[in-house]
Amino acid sequence: MLLEVRDLHVEFHTREGVAKAVNGVNYSVAEGETLAVLGESGSGKSVTAQAVMGILDMPPGKISGGEILFKDRDLLKLKPEERRRVRGQEMAMIFQDALSSLNPVMTVGEQLGEMFTVHRGMSRKDARTRSVELMDRVRIPAAKERVGNYPHQFSGGMRQRIMIAMAMALEPSLIIADEPTTALDVTVQAQVMDLLAELQRELNMGLILITHDLGVVADVADKIAVMYAGRIVETSPVHDIYQAPAHPYTKGLLRSIPRLDRKGRELYAIRGLPPNLLHIPPGCAFHPRCPMAQDVCRTDVPPLYRVSDGRRSACHFWKETLDAR
Amino acid sequence: MPEPLSSDGAISPAGAGGAMDLAMAEGASLEKAPGGPQGTGPAGRPRSLWSDAWRDLRRNPVFIISGLIIVFLVVISLWPSLIASGDPLQADLDDAQKGSGPGHPFGYDPQGRDVYTRVVHGTRTSVTVGVCATLGVALLGSVLGGLAGFFGGWWDSVLSRITDVFFGIPVVLGGLVFLSVVTSSTVWPVVGFIVLLGWPQIARIARGSVITAKQNDYVQAARALGASNSRMMLRHITPNAVAPVIVVATIALGTYIALEATLSYLGVGLKPPAVSWGIDISDASPYIRNAPHMLLWPAGALAVTVLAFIMLGDAVRDALDPKLR
Repeated sequence: MLLEVRDLHVEFHTREGVAKAVNGVNYSVAEGETLAVLGESGSGKSVTAQAVMGILDMPPGKISGGEILFKDRDLLKLKPEERRRVRGQEMAMIFQDALSSLNPVMTVGEQLGEMFTVHRGMSRKDARTRSVELMDRVRIPAAKERVGNYPHQFSGGMRQRIMIAMAMALEPSLIIADEPTTALDVTVQAQVMDLLAELQRELNMGLILITHDLGVVADVADKIAVMYAGRIVETSPVHDIYQAPAHPYTKGLLRSIPRLDRKGRELYAIRGLPPNLLHIPPGCAFHPRCPMAQDVCRTDVPPLYRVSDGRRSACHFWKETLDAR
Repeated sequence: MPEPLSSDGAISPAGAGGAMDLAMAEGASLEKAPGGPQGTGPAGRPRSLWSDAWRDLRRNPVFIISGLIIVFLVVISLWPSLIASGDPLQADLDDAQKGSGPGHPFGYDPQGRDVYTRVVHGTRTSVTVGVCATLGVALLGSVLGGLAGFFGGWWDSVLSRITDVFFGIPVVLGGLVFLSVVTSSTVWPVVGFIVLLGWPQIARIARGSVITAKQNDYVQAARALGASNSRMMLRHITPNAVAPVIVVATIALGTYIALEATLSYLGVGLKPPAVSWGIDISDASPYIRNAPHMLLWPAGALAVTVLAFIMLGDAVRDALDPKLR
């Protein structure tokens, strides 16, 4: 297994108290596999990714338990300098907003080239040649002429391609993409996702795709982990989850997608609000919003029940949920 | 739930073929208008913040006027004999307080020294104090403040309290206390005093702008791609945090020149035989009714110099602050 996150706990110490952002997350990614992590804002999906990358702001953040095994090494036990060498070379991250993720006072060629001069000790000239190659590879037209341009001279989609090129530069074995298409036009979203999936296939990388957009996931992901209040509530191969969700939260998410065949009718919404991480409800964190909640949900934290091979659901009533579709 | 998700229709509309077409279209439009969204420059030429600012400055009459005055001041402070061949210390009491005459356009001071020669030679003092004090303040302040902003923690708290203490010291009172024990007639005690009292102002600004720059996504992105602390500071934070420091330092340069004159007027700044506008103003002030020219020329030179630097600072701020554009 390329990456295995085991029972990860992350807390944020704030003035109001301890916010438990991640509460025992387990997931794994193999070479060439795409894991989509789904969840609302505040569900802990980005914080988990930041902990894996080692770019969590500590303090206020604190990893209070768990292991992050990457190629059989526990990243949490590495020294900061060793950890830094893993970043960029072995794992890289793509962020949501490519304009703000690129330094406005450096040309894209300089920023791409830095990956080679800093990590590979290449000369500036060679690095520039490689930068142009990379820009070609992510299909930026006229790469040779545009390598000296500044980020603001590119469109949103092109900027995200440059971010992807930077992340791919050293051919890492794992890429984490944190909502890579959220800031883009719908028309450009599909192109960027296609590009990402294609490069992933070529380099046989593991990909963690963090998103709240179920539509983006369907085509590219192999498996899905749905997060709620810092826990994984359902994991599943991608197609099963669309066919038959095994957790009421997943079901609610799927029902709240606008659908063409239901045009004109009222759009479903999960009632209530995501929980305050300072005061996560006892029992199942989803129970105050769950249409199926029973007394047991208010007291007992549901374990991840095995639904089938590769499928888990943290719902006491997963069977009923599956049947009730 | 048959077809629970109509993602193809509603969410990711573009198939592979459509995506390629769109990529072509996007590329083509980019090639046509590579100037980007601001599009003020000649097509396709990359522009940095600094070249943008320089273009703005060259068109700004305030910058041109203040710049010419400052160039003139710097030249005559380096080579005062270019326009004043006399000796600023040569005194003839027979000429004391005389008005202008042939070869002595500004007349004589109370000691019978040529006012024109003294005003010209006084430029060196003012420019030296202004430039050296500003360099010292900017270096010390931005290093200390920048490190505090970057690392935060206890060093930041200590530094912030120290700057609070320094802000509480009244400048003139501090000057009277510190400088009255110094007997040197060079500019260095005054420069040292200004640096000592001036650095907290810059430190505070540098700290603030480093904290702002540090929170930018591209710094986080650089970290996620394996950049070290020093690289993030030098390549990503400093270039994006230095503009406010430059602006404030330029304006401060003018005020430091005025401060030197103030301290010299009070008798604690430069001491005779040093040539300083402050000393000349002080010497001339008892005779303001009988022989105002002795006071007006050095005071006028001081006013023009201070004004020129403050105008320059304003112009630089307008050019560097994109929000005002």
